[in-house]
Amino acid sequence: MAKSQGAALDRKKLMADPIMVTTIVLLITFLTLFILYPLAILLVDSFIGDGSFGFSIFKRIFAMPSFTRAITNTLKVGFVVGILSALIGLLFAYVEVYVRMNRVVGGLFKVVSMLPVVSPPFVLSLSMIMLFGKAGIITRFLLGIYDNSVYGYWGIVIVQTLTFFPVCYMMLKGLLKNIDPSLEEAARDMGAGRWKVFADVTLPLLLPGLGNAFLVTFIESIADFANPMIIGGSYDTLATTIYLQITGAYDKAGAAAMAVVLLCITLAMFAVQKYYLEAKTAATLTGKASRGRMLIEDRSVKIPLTIFCALVAAFVILMYICVPIGALFPTWGYKFFPLTTKWFQQVFTRYRGFQAFKDSFVLSFISAPITALLSMIISYLVVKRKFRAKGFIEAVSMLAMAVPGTVLGVGYIRGFSGGLFHTGILQGIYGTGLILVIVFVVRSLPTGTRSGISALRQIDKSIEESAYDMGADSFKVFMTVTLPLIKDSFLSGLVTAFVRSITAISAIILLVTPQYLLITVQINEFAEKGSYSLACAFASILILITYGAVLLMNLFIRHFGTSKQIKED
Amino acid sequence: MEKTKKGVRLEHISKIYQDPKTGKDFYAVKDTSLDIEPGSFVTLLGPSGCGKTTTLRMIAGFESPDEGEIYLGDEPINELTPNKRDTAMVFQSYALLPHYNVFDNVAYGLKLRKVPKDEIRERVMKILDLVELTGMEGRMTNQLSGGQQQRVALARALVIEPSVLLFDEPLSNLDAKLRVSMRTEIRRIQQEVGITAIYVTHDQSEAMALSDKIIIMSKGVVAQMGTPQEIYYHPVSEFVADFIGEANFLKGKMTGKEGGNAVLDIEGNVLRVEAAGHMEAGKEYTLVLRPEAASLADEGGLPCEVVLSCFMGSYQNYHVKVGNTLVKLEEHNPKNKKIYSVGDHCALVFDPRSVHVL
Repeated sequence: MAKSQGAALDRKKLMADPIMVTTIVLLITFLTLFILYPLAILLVDSFIGDGSFGFSIFKRIFAMPSFTRAITNTLKVGFVVGILSALIGLLFAYVEVYVRMNRVVGGLFKVVSMLPVVSPPFVLSLSMIMLFGKAGIITRFLLGIYDNSVYGYWGIVIVQTLTFFPVCYMMLKGLLKNIDPSLEEAARDMGAGRWKVFADVTLPLLLPGLGNAFLVTFIESIADFANPMIIGGSYDTLATTIYLQITGAYDKAGAAAMAVVLLCITLAMFAVQKYYLEAKTAATLTGKASRGRMLIEDRSVKIPLTIFCALVAAFVILMYICVPIGALFPTWGYKFFPLTTKWFQQVFTRYRGFQAFKDSFVLSFISAPITALLSMIISYLVVKRKFRAKGFIEAVSMLAMAVPGTVLGVGYIRGFSGGLFHTGILQGIYGTGLILVIVFVVRSLPTGTRSGISALRQIDKSIEESAYDMGADSFKVFMTVTLPLIKDSFLSGLVTAFVRSITAISAIILLVTPQYLLITVQINEFAEKGSYSLACAFASILILITYGAVLLMNLFIRHFGTSKQIKED
Repeated sequence: MEKTKKGVRLEHISKIYQDPKTGKDFYAVKDTSLDIEPGSFVTLLGPSGCGKTTTLRMIAGFESPDEGEIYLGDEPINELTPNKRDTAMVFQSYALLPHYNVFDNVAYGLKLRKVPKDEIRERVMKILDLVELTGMEGRMTNQLSGGQQQRVALARALVIEPSVLLFDEPLSNLDAKLRVSMRTEIRRIQQEVGITAIYVTHDQSEAMALSDKIIIMSKGVVAQMGTPQEIYYHPVSEFVADFIGEANFLKGKMTGKEGGNAVLDIEGNVLRVEAAGHMEAGKEYTLVLRPEAASLADEGGLPCEVVLSCFMGSYQNYHVKVGNTLVKLEEHNPKNKKIYSVGDHCALVFDPRSVHVL
């Protein structure tokens, strides 16, 4: 049997569509150049960076106690944060889906799930220091402890857990909602108590999902740069060690090899999560819940669970509120009144705040539509079309999800500072705004693509086929059918990309040149120097911008989204 | 619709797919040649997985044949993409554009062809009139019933005046009553427009009601092609006989010839049927007997025992055993007839001319 004629015809049909071919070629070039190549150059550098091929650089870095310590530190933190986040997330999800809540607690839950989306990644570290540090309001003024140290292992664990558990909560909520209540009712009907039902029915069904949540958090924790940077103190993780290796020790080959190690760890985790656990989750929880669930009214269950979750939620919210308030105190830890706007004023008068916001805003504003459009195009190609390079496009865009920002940053330094393969070609983009925009795009692309793919999967393939059949070419189909149908996903992708870009730090901190002032980099700098009030002032304005963007998006979707009306069908 | 009608010709078409489980290649369609006459209504009929939809999608251009060539009229179209082919498809899920209203859905193809606005309006309204949706043009598609959505899909396909209309199980999402009335509609419209239509279905009554010709497919190959009557009365194989309508199979050995009749031995009984040209004494043959062609009597035919007797309203449903062979039959208008009960011994009678020898 020869499939050659069919394949040849498919190819001819594809070639008859120049816009489509151009798009695919450009896309492949972009992905290769800005995702694959920077990773490849890290490999190349770490094997032949010394001039000869071999493991000498790896031997050297593994001989550094600071590096091996960083590996154990990173894994230890990731493991504990993963477990804690998954458990707290599970509790929140369970309470939301199974227990009748009053409206106030429900509101708290909503806020908690929203906050990590709109806030820069290191806000909790700031507030942790301000609440529990040496001059912390709670430790020093309420409890009278003068030498409490939040820096180090526990600081990172607490801050990361509070930052990442909402992600687990949202993931597990979705899964719990998909459990058919009849399964649990059947178990109760057979005589099982509520605890037994949870242990024998709910938990086993949820186990792969729980593992999935754990691993996702684990990966996030390992890749996190900003929190360990601010609150880690001398407790270094891989991300911070790599950063210091390149900015402090100027050991670029060593940093490249370290980045390869970090990349290998996250890739392995990612592979397990993506190909094993996600498939398992889908296999155990396929059905949609057939009808509403009887919510738990039992006070002995309801009250303790609700109180615990409400406390955690309130605590998280308190930590976020702490940031703008902190920016209003004259001197944090010593003088609280009268409240002042001097820090906010200083941001703009003394520390070029206006330029920082402008630079961050403009760069993010440019990269957001590119990211959104690119991720919709990738989703369209992956879900709706078939061609040979499709697997490549899908794999590389997913790969970007598993690459920690620090690794990408080092890859860009090694890959572009001396031009392509150190030949000088394309060297011009290094240090420009363009490369920052590209990094923003690459960093936000996976999230956008994932949401685009799931949105497109819900659209009947024959709708696009019918347009194609009516005489539209691929470009027309995409513009008149695909894009209008996933308008909501596109809009939210736009805002997510904007928010992610304006709050990004890990890759960008390695690539930014003095010519550009970025808010996140400023915040990091002031926090490093101990100027928490200034850092808070910067962070407050940043949160305001991102929150405003999200509000604007919701408004937009409510008024212009077509999808709602379609979904009702 | 003054357009020259075009036929469709498939020459030795094959399509190979990979089995997702075993990873092995198999023929979804194998060496299929068809000649569909201009203006005729042809149905591809078969169980799921027989290759009928694949064949249709190859004609539309969504799939590319691995062997053979497809012609639209005299033009080979293998290399044309779906948007360049002069065909229009009506999809199983209707596939209306959900963000457009009825008018814009129907006008979509015309807009792509850059037809002037006034003409678009005129043609769309005319087609909506033909499918009896006048006055609905401002509705969104999700405000329509399934039957109405199907009419929009049909109008959208017709309005661009394609040479060939393709239907991919268009009625399978409708309820039974609507299905019957819609198929009459489709046939009426096709006759009115005079367009060539290729229709895919697994519903044999739909195929019978609609088609000038039925093509029965099985496992990627054409099992039989013919008018509904040819296929019903003269099936070429047990598969075809069983797939179209209900069929009983009586196996017997030809013992000799008497005039124009063949004498067969069926479960120890002598049966005379009209001899077909290919029949020879001493060979085994299978006879096809339709349930409505037989009835029960106290004596006179093949002796049998009733194993099921069930009142169905318009007919009495019997299962009887002739020796070891189970025969199903329908005694229509049973009100004034003798009703046999389970366990009764009686006789299976039928006109020898209504038996078809395979």
